[in-house]
Amino acid sequence: MTIEIQNPTSKSTGAPIQKDTPIAVRIDDLTVAYNYKPVLWDIDLSIPEGVLMAIVGPNGAGKSTLIKSILDIIEPIAGSVKIYGKPYSKQRALVAYVPQKGSVDWDFPTTALDVVLMGTYGSLGWIKRPGKKEKKAALEALEKVGMLPFKNRQISQLSGGQQQRIFLARALVQNAAIYFMDEPFQGVDATTEKAIINILKTLRKAGKTVIVVHHDLQTVPEYFDWVTFLNVKKIATGPVKDIFNDDNLTKTYGINYKVSIQQ
Amino acid sequence: MNITEYITLLFTDYTLRTITLGTAILGAICGMLGSFAVLRKQSLLGDAISHAALPGIAIAFLITGTKDNTLLLIGALVSGLIGAFWIRGITRNTHLKSDTALGLILSLFFGFGMLLLTYIQKQPNANQAGLEDYLFGQAATLLLNDVWLMAIVTAICLVILLLFWKELKMLLFDEEYTKTLGFNTRFLDILITTFIVVAIVMGLQTVGVVLMSAMLLAPAAAARQWTNSLGVMVILAAIFGAVSGTIGTAISASHNHLSTGPVIVLIAAVFVLVSFIFSPSRGLLFREIRFRKNRTDLELHKTLSFMFSIANAHEDIAHPHAIKILNNFQGYTKRTLQQLELKNYVTIQGNMWSLTPLGYKTAANLYNQLITTNE
Repeated sequence: MTIEIQNPTSKSTGAPIQKDTPIAVRIDDLTVAYNYKPVLWDIDLSIPEGVLMAIVGPNGAGKSTLIKSILDIIEPIAGSVKIYGKPYSKQRALVAYVPQKGSVDWDFPTTALDVVLMGTYGSLGWIKRPGKKEKKAALEALEKVGMLPFKNRQISQLSGGQQQRIFLARALVQNAAIYFMDEPFQGVDATTEKAIINILKTLRKAGKTVIVVHHDLQTVPEYFDWVTFLNVKKIATGPVKDIFNDDNLTKTYGINYKVSIQQ
Repeated sequence: MNITEYITLLFTDYTLRTITLGTAILGAICGMLGSFAVLRKQSLLGDAISHAALPGIAIAFLITGTKDNTLLLIGALVSGLIGAFWIRGITRNTHLKSDTALGLILSLFFGFGMLLLTYIQKQPNANQAGLEDYLFGQAATLLLNDVWLMAIVTAICLVILLLFWKELKMLLFDEEYTKTLGFNTRFLDILITTFIVVAIVMGLQTVGVVLMSAMLLAPAAAARQWTNSLGVMVILAAIFGAVSGTIGTAISASHNHLSTGPVIVLIAAVFVLVSFIFSPSRGLLFREIRFRKNRTDLELHKTLSFMFSIANAHEDIAHPHAIKILNNFQGYTKRTLQQLELKNYVTIQGNMWSLTPLGYKTAANLYNQLITTNE
């Protein structure tokens, strides 16, 4: 199988990672299993601050599970996760999460603005209701993803791409340092994909760390500067320009891959 | 008995007033809390819990030997909660799916409850008569104390609901996200399950073990059809429930031999039926109307755009063409042609049609419109 890549821009956009760059996420010996079957096996991974990283791997490789274990949604059998040196439960304010679009029922009776407002609930804490300040932040986030005209729309009446942008806006409201996104490009059209990638690049420019579960290998060099190959075990992690090659792709997907770069 | 007579009776007759108040409050609390069961996709949980409450009633009677309603309901509450959390435990810790766990607990507890009931009936204790009323409910046994209890429980539930509104709403929509924000989803989940158990236990005396889940689900399912806001849905469900209770009591009171619980459930079912058919945005009727209208519009547009392509081949757009060249594949039927003429898009002379300037313009814009409306 051959992957055609057009205009690898990563060479120019990929910011060089300095040796003294702090580690945003550090994972040690992480092992997760569902019903005795290992899904993630002894993962060691350090994600430097400020990268835009793709997690790639075949179906069932444990990509979503990795994100969910980092976020304490799934309890690992062994291992530890540190966000800037501390456990996630102490660093929630630094982290925002965009789940898979299909993980919720979009027929839920609520509006786009309401969903985005949920991004402020974490900082509000128990019982306190969102006020003017929170509403303003939510409207700004809707503006950023180009969904402001749809703020009062019932969420089931939005297209798949629009729903994805609402999820993205909800994470933007959290104003975090690290963003975890589970397949944000799944089932969206070219316009939305472009809108999303622009937001991701803006986030990285602002010094945020963005970690994205990604399926489309062709766009990896164009969109990301850092990549992790995952298939139950960690195959490789590092800058796209150094490690996005046939060898790692073959190791991850088990088929002979050839990266042909059209200059 | 006509309506005015009934209303006068409602304000003068103490028993009728108590029962009506009781069933109305019951309907309201069931609608309110049932909304959460429906949106949490735990509709069947209500059924399992109400059946699971039966052995609790029997055991409470065996221990105390009295038929004090509050004591029996505490028994129901305990065994309902045990059933509910047992189901939770089974689905979380084993490979069994929730439908299996629900079915298992429902039949196990109900069977055990029936066993105890028949055992109690064989006892010499004269007190036992009427215990089987909990199967289908007996609204006539409602006392003012019971109504007060219901009102207080409803008020407490309402306060908790308002307090944790934001958290509950988020949990219902996206549980995992709620967890990542640091909220204790286990606590919220237990809160919702407890809500469902409480609502059911409140209704056992009036509606009974067997029909109770309908009381919980019907008002909420009906309310969901009319609104896209969670707050409005909960309020509407409470109103539907209260109205079902009031009307159900009225019907059963004016027809001496009708049992109240089933009548209330049937009225609630009427709300569901009407809502599913007549709701403007989600109802079957308007969906069918919209579907038909779209289909005729599409046929019309297809014919018009086909005509447009033919007319475009000629210098003069009004050049007449034979009707025969139109065919079914382009959405053409005699009716569409008539409608096009009615809209002044075409003129027909004998076997020939020709596009009017208006028709030409509309057809030309048809394609542009499609692009803009689809973003």
